[in-house]
Amino acid sequence: MTITRIIVPRLILLFFVVFGVAIITFAISHLIPGDPARLIAGDRASAETLENVRRDLGLDRPVTDQFVIYVRNLLHGDLGTSLRTRRPVAADIATFLPATLELGLLSLVLAVLIGVPLGVFSAIYKDGPIDQIARTVSVCGISMPVFWFGMVVILLFYAKLQILPGSGRLAMAFAAPQRVTGFFLIDTLLEGRFDAFLSAVRHLILPTFVLAFANLGVITRQIRASMLDVLQEDYIRTARASGLRRRVVIFNHALRNALIPSITLLGLALGDLLYGAVLTETIFAWPGMGTYVVTSIQTLDFPAIMGFTVVASIGYVLINLVIDLAYMLADPQIREVG
Amino acid sequence: MVAINPEDQSAAGRVPKRSRLHFLWYLTRRSPLTLVGLLIITLLVIMIVGAPFIAPYDPNKVMLSARLMPPSAAHWFGTDEVGRDLFSRVIYGSRASCGAAFMIVLISMSIGVFLGCLSGIVGGVFDSAMMRIMDVVLALPALVLAMALAAALGPSLFNSMLAVAIVRIPAYVRLARGQTLSLRERVFVKASRTFGASNLYILRWHMLPNALSPLIVQATLDLGGIVLIAAALSFIGLGAQPPTAEWGALVSSGRSFILDQWWYGTFPGLAILVTAMGCNLLGDGIRDMLDPRLGTR
Repeated sequence: MTITRIIVPRLILLFFVVFGVAIITFAISHLIPGDPARLIAGDRASAETLENVRRDLGLDRPVTDQFVIYVRNLLHGDLGTSLRTRRPVAADIATFLPATLELGLLSLVLAVLIGVPLGVFSAIYKDGPIDQIARTVSVCGISMPVFWFGMVVILLFYAKLQILPGSGRLAMAFAAPQRVTGFFLIDTLLEGRFDAFLSAVRHLILPTFVLAFANLGVITRQIRASMLDVLQEDYIRTARASGLRRRVVIFNHALRNALIPSITLLGLALGDLLYGAVLTETIFAWPGMGTYVVTSIQTLDFPAIMGFTVVASIGYVLINLVIDLAYMLADPQIREVG
Repeated sequence: MVAINPEDQSAAGRVPKRSRLHFLWYLTRRSPLTLVGLLIITLLVIMIVGAPFIAPYDPNKVMLSARLMPPSAAHWFGTDEVGRDLFSRVIYGSRASCGAAFMIVLISMSIGVFLGCLSGIVGGVFDSAMMRIMDVVLALPALVLAMALAAALGPSLFNSMLAVAIVRIPAYVRLARGQTLSLRERVFVKASRTFGASNLYILRWHMLPNALSPLIVQATLDLGGIVLIAAALSFIGLGAQPPTAEWGALVSSGRSFILDQWWYGTFPGLAILVTAMGCNLLGDGIRDMLDPRLGTR
């Protein structure tokens, strides 16, 4: 099997997936009970105004035409106009995306930094105390209702102990930094405002921890399982039998092989991360895509909900594709033959 | 999530033959965590069935004189903003929350298994088309789709159940199809076909009974995650609506009071955590038992 033979079907699938997302979101927005034109024009609009809005939206045309227009707009990056903010959905998403990325990336890094070693040691000392702790932590992580955990953490660290802030990205006293990357940690430093940077860090601690905890469970469990698989392999026994030290065998032979299948897991964890971010942001009033979509849901702002769905789905699929390719490159069995 | 090897089926047939006592002993000895899971689920079932007997108050009875009371001997979990007893509401909430999760798994499993088995038996173009469609749906972030779907259908417990059930179907289609493909080549299925049995007959009498045990493991494992998802959808306002005693909705209304009346949101959330944990522990335990390769670890 050559690499092209693996990549080409994936690219074909990608095309269908993007097309599928378009069909699904289009179908959903046409499934809404009620008249979208009336939602936009308001309850008191005259029949004439409604007719105009309908024509502007292309709602008077056949459904197939409407779909073609919808796809063409998507390809041009036009996700429609939010009913609530009255701004293009694409612009809204661009505004809120960096906050979500900052929170999501930090959480992922934290979850990997804790989860991978925990999984590895859990597998090495199977059934020992470390293993018991790791398994308890991972079951708790997997079973934790993120929205509730966030609330409890706020209650504890913000309300009772009063050591960390419980909402927002910066303390009231600081103005938001000029947008360069949209990441407050970077932008505040670029402006040389170290006190604002510290405030941003303090605001990130609780939400990052809450979001990381759920993913920590999944990661620990996966690493433990694949590490246990690898440790049973013949080549591990051979390596040990040939006199290599245990530490060398574990870190140079076992871990490297156990990590490869875990790469794909990162892609799947991303789905959980996305969903967890929606809940975490809501709880911590974090001004990101999650808060945006939940507010949109509560105000029945369908263009915004569908815009978020399209962007989130396509982003998710693309990242998974990149991860799968990385996996193929990392796996010598595929790389060497290709 | 869990791939079950057809070869591991042999072990699946062995477990139920053991006596119940032996089974419990096996659990305590081999995996105390599974026993904890079993205990949680048993208590939960008792709670769901016996809610009217366990709950000390009517969950919807308003007592304005006892608003936002902290936990006490009279109100174990305290009371809410109109004086309803939270302990009773959490007890009754198990019916809505677990009932919803159970229905979701049942709906997605029934549809998924039917489509998957059919796909495996019929084969050909139908099978390829079905699998490509499932590939597309699986490639998408399921929960985001469920959210969009639930929002479009309109906020209600039933609609959110439907939305989650739909996005969970592909996992069962794949699993059932895999089972069917391996069963299709077995002698008893081939013999049945020689006698002129129809596809539906084979599906009903040969495929379903044999494919059931890995499907049930998958369903138990799913249940924990789905309790969380159903509660989360209620929390963001897409599922059960406020007057209903449902855990996610209770946490959501408790959120406005969290700083001063910590008990309001804390206890319903704890119920979600414990339930999800019970399902996960039990599901893991059952899977390990059915998979001898994992069991010896």
